[in-house]
Amino acid sequence: MSDSQQPSDFEPVDVFAETDGMDLRPGSDDCYKCSTCDTNCPVAEVDDDFPGPKFQGPEQWRLKRKDDYDIDDSITDCSNCLRCDTSCPSEVPLSQMHNTARSQYVDNQMSKLSVEYIRNRILSNYRTSAYLASLFPRTATFVMNFGPVRWVMEKGLGIPSERDFPEFATTTFRQWWKQRGGAQVQNPDKRVAYFHGCYSNYNTPEVAKALVHVYEELGYEIMVPEQKCSGTPMFANGMLSDARRHAETNVESLTAAIEDGADIIASCTSCSLALRQEYPELFDIDGIEDVSNHTYDALEYLRIYEDLEAELEGAKVDFPDLAYHAPCHSRNQGLDGQALELIENIDGVMAEDVGDSCSGISGTYGWKTEHYEVSMEIGEEMFEHMEHAEGDVGMTECPTCAMQMEHGTGYEIKHPLEVLEAALVSEE
Amino acid sequence: MAIEDDVLVIGGGLAGIAAAVGAHEQGARVRLVSHKQSTMRQASGLIDLLGYTPDGDGPVVDPFEAIAELPEGHPYERAGLDAVRAGIDMFDDATGEMYAGSHTDKNALVPTHGGAIKPTARYPDSAAPGIASANGDTLFVGFDSMIEFDAPVAADHLAATGVPYETDGVTIEFPGNLRDDAKVTRFAHLLDRDDEVAVDGTTMPVRTALAERVKEHADGHERIGFPAVLGDDHATEVRAELADRLGASVFEVPMGPPSLPGLRLEDRLYEYLHEIGVRVSTGNPIVDVEQVNGEIDRVVGDHTGREVPYKAQQYILATGGLVGKGIDSDREGVYEPVFNCHVPHPADRYDWFEDGAFDDHEFARFGVPVDTELRPIDADDAPEYENLRAAGSVLGGYDFPSEKSGSGVSLATGYAAGELAGDRV
Ligand SMILES: Cc1cc2nc3c(=O)[nH]c(=O)nc-3n(C[C@H](O)[C@H](O)[C@H](O)COP(=O)(O)OP(=O)(O)OC[C@H]3O[C@@H](n4cnc5c(N)ncnc54)[C@H](O)[C@@H]3O)c2cc1C
Ligand code: SF4
Ligand code: SF4
Repeated sequence: MSDSQQPSDFEPVDVFAETDGMDLRPGSDDCYKCSTCDTNCPVAEVDDDFPGPKFQGPEQWRLKRKDDYDIDDSITDCSNCLRCDTSCPSEVPLSQMHNTARSQYVDNQMSKLSVEYIRNRILSNYRTSAYLASLFPRTATFVMNFGPVRWVMEKGLGIPSERDFPEFATTTFRQWWKQRGGAQVQNPDKRVAYFHGCYSNYNTPEVAKALVHVYEELGYEIMVPEQKCSGTPMFANGMLSDARRHAETNVESLTAAIEDGADIIASCTSCSLALRQEYPELFDIDGIEDVSNHTYDALEYLRIYEDLEAELEGAKVDFPDLAYHAPCHSRNQGLDGQALELIENIDGVMAEDVGDSCSGISGTYGWKTEHYEVSMEIGEEMFEHMEHAEGDVGMTECPTCAMQMEHGTGYEIKHPLEVLEAALVSEE
Repeated sequence: MAIEDDVLVIGGGLAGIAAAVGAHEQGARVRLVSHKQSTMRQASGLIDLLGYTPDGDGPVVDPFEAIAELPEGHPYERAGLDAVRAGIDMFDDATGEMYAGSHTDKNALVPTHGGAIKPTARYPDSAAPGIASANGDTLFVGFDSMIEFDAPVAADHLAATGVPYETDGVTIEFPGNLRDDAKVTRFAHLLDRDDEVAVDGTTMPVRTALAERVKEHADGHERIGFPAVLGDDHATEVRAELADRLGASVFEVPMGPPSLPGLRLEDRLYEYLHEIGVRVSTGNPIVDVEQVNGEIDRVVGDHTGREVPYKAQQYILATGGLVGKGIDSDREGVYEPVFNCHVPHPADRYDWFEDGAFDDHEFARFGVPVDTELRPIDADDAPEYENLRAAGSVLGGYDFPSEKSGSGVSLATGYAAGELAGDRV
């Protein structure tokens, strides 16, 4: 052993000198190259140019120690589904590595004038676009899907013309909430703060309303604190400073809600994952651990604190049979089985699992021309399973998975909370 | 409230799955919670019962006979010979056509990717045409980008064991110019879907292209073996088409990690759990335990930072060994992290291993000791908890890599622990 290899010489190095100082190298060292992550990566399975998560994570971090090593641009081909993160038996922090590397790549290696950069910023700031669109929802839905406009988007921005833009609701959830006069139940002992996220506010308020109805039926007081985007699309596009700004607002208002005795619930599994896992992995903001520790998925919360089986006993519902897809981000939180277990308890509705493949859209990933085909190829297995399933209506917790399911099969897609609403809440 | 069931199985490898089935068959409502994916994805997909005795004798011809002779304390001895039978029967039921070997009590000899011959009790149907004990001139085909399998070397090694037939090996380029480090799932996906690939200036379906490339080398060989990447969801179809085009039987050679046969097996067994109605929650570890009067009252799962209680009457610990993280060690000692069960080990760290890599290391046998009801026992041989059983590679007292008994012990002890637990509720 040469002197330089003596353990006593060990000096922690800051791998990405410019970052907030998280040294992930110990995480790299935990990798024993079992390749379990690679066998789980849906992109590596269909895209020969993608070197896979073992490379994106631990190996890239090791390489990064050399000054002359740039982040490999394949990082932009990772969809951020986090399947690799879920599978690693050795606790290598793959998601944290990907997110940080991606942000490095965008900050240092991507031209801020490039079409990709501009497009990625627009896509990842979905909340802003959605806000603008919601001011004229019908026009926006029409214009966004209007042929000539789509042609310009495809050619000019790299947004695939095959995709249909989601419809914008004529009344957003927050408008509805305000109109009904906020919470209808007051209960200092059972209080939750609802993180509805952008999508159920602007596009699918029926999901958010279902949550409100179910929780109020079970006696909860609901708070709807001020909130911005959870940050998920920003992490996936390496826009960490944008994400941080949004996170600061969210953490501030959610910590206030926690102080008022509330736990935080989310109906979108990417939002709950962001608050629980990605926030503390990426940012150091006062109260961020507290937010992480008080956040739950909305169904998970009821399963822990209510006797749903007893509540659902004897419930009769009229609901179509469902083809269920568990989103990758629910898998990552260990929630992939919960919707089916819940529905087993409800008479009159059947849900069938359409397999454990990734839907392929992964948020903004499938919204980029250069990834559209990979995204559809990944989704193919799910589409096939959906078509073989009994039900002709789909179900999932994730809004972008829902888009992909609808896009690939033409099915209408429901959220498990809507089934629960049908079973528990009597018509007004 | 807690998430409540009759039997809670902790760990989702072969042992946990077998335990869940065992308990379910006793009529219990069963939940299996597993943190990460199991070592099945890394294992070859071969189900070894006992290939060599603890003294190193072998290859063992009849594993059942040899198991009956094992010393006290070995997991097979703890569970009993009937449990071994029951565990393997359960495996046969669950895997059906997918696995071969149930026609005999004797070990089969399966060629491995290094060209060695491995005694094993059950092997994937995809490997069946290649077993070394059957006669037939054999061609091994390797891909130049897949350095883990050197076909000519494997052929030479197999020939050197004295098999009474011709063995040859050839390395070809996999059609379609894949990247050098293409993932095994990439090959499987291409073959599953029979995607078009570019070859010699035109495109053709990958199965056709592959068969064309092998054909030049195929003549005269009755069996042609490929590394185990021949499809995932449509593996049978892929093999049948290749066999048809090549006019020979086609088989897969089990590979090192990551292993498609292991992946397929994991998928099949989870599908089976789903079919019979075992509830499965994966992605979160169990991190803590609450006890009342020597019994486990509930355990605590860590849901991304939130503590979530799981309650049952009976619990089964199947968290794996040193690789699966069911047994952990630090400078102070060796321990079982969930329930802190007793793990006997020499106090001095330098006694944990011997000097040579292949010596008889103490650490290879580290694990939880159990009584004959498979309950973990403390230093005074008393059960740690009345309602806790342990199964699989979390158990001590055996050295699976050298005995070649990994999967067998997991199935036998898992199924037995499941039956015992299910019977108590
Ligand atoms: C590289 C390799 C090759 C092998 N090859 C073969 C072979 O060819 N033939 C053969 O017969 N055997 C082989 N084996 C051995 C065989 O795979 C194992 O002996 C057997 O499968 C172990 O099963 P298990 O269920 O006991 O443990 P594991 O497969 O290790 O499963 C343990 C599970 O428990 C989970 N877990 C751990 N802690 C917690 C917790 N706190 N809460 C919840 N879940 C937890 C883990 O995530 C994991 O899913 C091989 C093993 C390895 C590692
Ligand atoms: S799964 Fe984890 S330990 Fe295995 S290769 Fe990937 S990062 Fe490394
Ligand atoms: S996040 Fe998903 S796409 Fe990216 S490397 Fe991991 S598994 Fe592959």
